[in-house]
Amino acid sequence: MKLKRRQRQRLGRVAGYVAFAAIILVAAFAADWGQLHDAFFRWDIATSMFPDAVTVALRNTVIYTLLAFVFGLVLGLILALMRRSSVAPYRWFARAYIELFRGLPALLVLFMVGYGIPIAFPNREIPGGVYGSVTIGLGVTAAAYMAETIRAGIQAVPKGQWEAARSLGMSHTRAMVSIVLPQAFRIVIPPLTNEIILLTKDTSLAYVLGVTAGTIELTKFAGDALNTKVNPTPLVVAGLLYLAITLPLSQLVRWFERRAERAA
Amino acid sequence: MSAIVLNGVRKSFGANEVLRGIDLTIEPGEVVCVIGPSGSGKSTLLRCVNLLETPTAGTVHVGGVDVTDPDCDIDAVRRRIGMVFQQFNLFGHLSVRDNLTIAQRRVLGRSKASAVEVARANLARVGLSEKAGAYPAQLSGGQQQRVAIARALSMDPELMLFDEPTSALDPELVGEVLAVMRGLADEGMTMLVVTHEMAFAREVSSRVVFLDGGVVAEQGPPAQIFGAPKEARTAAFLKRVLEPTHVDL
Ligand SMILES: Nc1ncnc2c1ncn2[C@@H]1O[C@H](COP(=O)(O)OP(=O)(O)O)[C@@H](O)[C@H]1O
Ligand SMILES: [Mg+2]
Repeated sequence: MKLKRRQRQRLGRVAGYVAFAAIILVAAFAADWGQLHDAFFRWDIATSMFPDAVTVALRNTVIYTLLAFVFGLVLGLILALMRRSSVAPYRWFARAYIELFRGLPALLVLFMVGYGIPIAFPNREIPGGVYGSVTIGLGVTAAAYMAETIRAGIQAVPKGQWEAARSLGMSHTRAMVSIVLPQAFRIVIPPLTNEIILLTKDTSLAYVLGVTAGTIELTKFAGDALNTKVNPTPLVVAGLLYLAITLPLSQLVRWFERRAERAA
Repeated sequence: MSAIVLNGVRKSFGANEVLRGIDLTIEPGEVVCVIGPSGSGKSTLLRCVNLLETPTAGTVHVGGVDVTDPDCDIDAVRRRIGMVFQQFNLFGHLSVRDNLTIAQRRVLGRSKASAVEVARANLARVGLSEKAGAYPAQLSGGQQQRVAIARALSMDPELMLFDEPTSALDPELVGEVLAVMRGLADEGMTMLVVTHEMAFAREVSSRVVFLDGGVVAEQGPPAQIFGAPKEARTAAFLKRVLEPTHVDL
């Protein structure tokens, strides 16, 4: 029997769905749901984590994220401008910085900032204690990524915008500040929001700097609860709290992107 | 003092010499139209006046100031020159009103109130008073170009440069822009206009410059250029553009 091309395609698609559903079902039946439930979904353990899970741990996660983001954004903007500077050493520095910090694991950088700065500047303290160390430790890496994003945004602003601004007598700096950067930032809002999502997850590394009861964030909080309760339910709670931040943010990114598509 | 004096201006992009020795003087109040084939260097010539392109050789004086002197404060000279682009180049993140006020405020240091007042007057002049709050993307091409003209006028320029201001417009929108330009010419504005609108060149300009192969091939009053061109290549160019129905196959 000869099938038409259309029919063959439809048959292939149906076969794909069936195989996919079968794999999911087999996995679901094979799993020991009773065990899973006792391990990961103990209601009493979950409720015992509140309100601290939100008022302390989630709060600190958000604070670390925002501080590191602002720090990274400012440093990233400076690096992006240096990258485009007419002064060659500025360009070299920015390039080296970006390559270096994009090539190192965030955890390693966090360690080096947390332990390196006190050694390099023995008579000074990082302002803000652990908050300061985490801000810098995560921010220096985020800055490298954001610098590239911002640079791409600046380049995406049409040349005609520069020419119109300069023709009106604006200096290079004035044209950059008043005309180009505002439009570049509109372009980079979606990728910068993505950067916030990445940073939110990276705050889970803050524990390496020795967070205390007051400065604890979600992952360390959940890890401690895991140890005292000898049950992994806290991990699920922490995961859900992360998702409460990251899922709305990725919705936001999608909304920004759709809006930009419509405008274009 | 002449408004613009180009002296032996040459401009190369790499090995491509686009302007090959341009001598051109424009007096205050003149409306000079530059015509010529595509790629003949018309835009480059215009952009050398406000130094969007730096000439490779020769000098450019604007209002007596040598803009090709490396010590020249080019921003100060550009304040006095209005420029209108083929693609309008309105600032997309700003409202029409802010497009007109931002350089007044940031470059000329005018107060907000006086900048807004100047903007209001210039929007009225181009017939777009009701669009002050709109954003560029909400306007038609013809409206955008009129806003661009009003933006340039808001700086009280001594002269205006137009680089094919109607070439990006739908045919039915060309007239409204040309009408604004004609009004400016009637008021005595010094204008250097690159255009393919031969009717405009013929009726409005005081002089027509025919550019070909990076040199001024011929210039003169429109009656002479359009009526009795001296150069064969001027005649050939005009024959091509004035008979748009004729197609070489
Ligand atoms: N920035 C540039 N870089 C390289 N070549 C250029 C540049 N601008 C213009 N040219 C070249 O110069 C020539 C003349 O361009 P242009 O002045 O725009 O001509 P016109 O406006 O008369 O059409 C063209 O061959 C064009 O490719
Ligand atoms: Mg051109």
